[in-house]
Amino acid sequence: MSASRSWKRPPIIERPLLRWGLTTGGVLFLVLSIGTMEVNWERVAAGVPRAERFIASFFPPDFTSKSTDIWAGIIESLWMTVVSTVIGILLSIPVGLGATRNLSPRYVYLISRGILAVSRTFPEIIVALFAVKLFGFGPFAGIIALSIGSIGFYGKLLAEDIEDMDPVQAEAVKATGASWFQWLNYSVQPQVMPRMIGLAMYRFDINFRESAVLGIVGAGGIGATLITSFDRYEFSSSAAILLIIIGIVMVVEYSSGFIRKWVQ
Amino acid sequence: MPIKQQSDIKIWKRRSGKRQLGIWFGQFIGVAIFVYCWQLVSENTIWMFVADAPRQAVDMMERMVPPKWSYMSNLWRPIWDTITIATLGTLMAVVFAFPIAFLAARNTTPSSVFVRPVALFIIVASRSINSLLWALMLVTILGPGVFAGVLAIGFRSIGFCAKLLYEAIEEIDEAQVEAVTATGASGAQILNYGIVPQILPAFAGISVFRWDINIRESAILGLVGAGGIGLQLSSSIDTVTWTQVSVILLVILVTVVASEWVSAKVRHAII
Repeated sequence: MSASRSWKRPPIIERPLLRWGLTTGGVLFLVLSIGTMEVNWERVAAGVPRAERFIASFFPPDFTSKSTDIWAGIIESLWMTVVSTVIGILLSIPVGLGATRNLSPRYVYLISRGILAVSRTFPEIIVALFAVKLFGFGPFAGIIALSIGSIGFYGKLLAEDIEDMDPVQAEAVKATGASWFQWLNYSVQPQVMPRMIGLAMYRFDINFRESAVLGIVGAGGIGATLITSFDRYEFSSSAAILLIIIGIVMVVEYSSGFIRKWVQ
Repeated sequence: MPIKQQSDIKIWKRRSGKRQLGIWFGQFIGVAIFVYCWQLVSENTIWMFVADAPRQAVDMMERMVPPKWSYMSNLWRPIWDTITIATLGTLMAVVFAFPIAFLAARNTTPSSVFVRPVALFIIVASRSINSLLWALMLVTILGPGVFAGVLAIGFRSIGFCAKLLYEAIEEIDEAQVEAVTATGASGAQILNYGIVPQILPAFAGISVFRWDINIRESAILGLVGAGGIGLQLSSSIDTVTWTQVSVILLVILVTVVASEWVSAKVRHAII
């Protein structure tokens, strides 16, 4: 009938009241938050030459003049990462097993879930802040912080994976008269292993990245070297350290892809 | 299936002998590396402090109670700042991540030789550098404050959002794109009607997920002076006012749990 019939794509949120409510709420929040954000534009403008100097220092980065410090920091970060990933995963296995609804009794489940929730809530750096107070400055505090973070991360994912496993296989193994440990070893572990190895690599990657900032609160690693170079405005050394961090993260990411394929 | 013959009895083995040997060897290498690293830890640790730590921990806990609730009145502004940093930072990241994801996805990139590697490098660089490091750089350049925090969160989240988004773009259903192309749509129209509707749910989910993470991250940016509640935390710890520290920790806990709840609700509603 009418020549101007046209199609319109349906809105994402169908209820109009909710749609407009959310939109107004969002806009209001944006206005308020941008309004209350105090930006000192003079200071920002003053920072422009410094920013230029900082960016210029990437071309070329200075790997040589602080090479012993950088090297020592990287190595420290790496062994911190190895130790904390291993300890974190070892501790997260019992907690993760406890936090599964299909394997453990109710009270164990609740306690384990509680442990996981608490260790996941606080960022590693806050835990490190306290660890430094308790254990003194140095990599040990960092290792404690990273291990606690790893428990929360790995334990939760392990628990979820075990809850999603195929119960038929588990039942079959149980029917052979396997003991509890044999049952775990032959029915549960093979089912979750491939994904868990991938996640272990991923956590290694996260721990390395985190270890690069723990130095800010004095918990060791390459972060300490980085902060020092920042504080001394030796931007070309900072640039070198940042590039090394990016490089190592890339290597870990690619190799984790390979290892995951190889495991499966 | 590897079976071991022992006189007359057949015994089932999980793996063949060679494979089992290989696994043992791998485990041996792993243990050796760990032992070596642990030795380095041991050399760099003053064990006297570690032995003393449990007593210190108990002492610290005792000083934390009761929390000094009157300090809450100083905290409302930092809480608001923290949420502002997380939200505006996420918004900024999302705006930049959207085009970068299209440049990085194999099926939408204009050039897989020149543009895609650049986009991928931006993603990796942004992801490898922790938001605290971004904040540290930006505070040196822009001076302390919320603005540096927003930019730090934004820069860190671009890579995260773009990575997940480009993976979503690579998994789209090509048939729909073909159908839109068949109507004679232009390039931009194909993007708008063929691809974007398919990734929109993933996009919304990713944004909310990142926002949730960013609340956590913006709570600590104050440690390097980039605004938010971390500033109060570090100054309270420095002045050893433990009763204030416990209030701040509780506030962070509540904020994080609340943001996690919101994010889970929204993602549930979308998917």
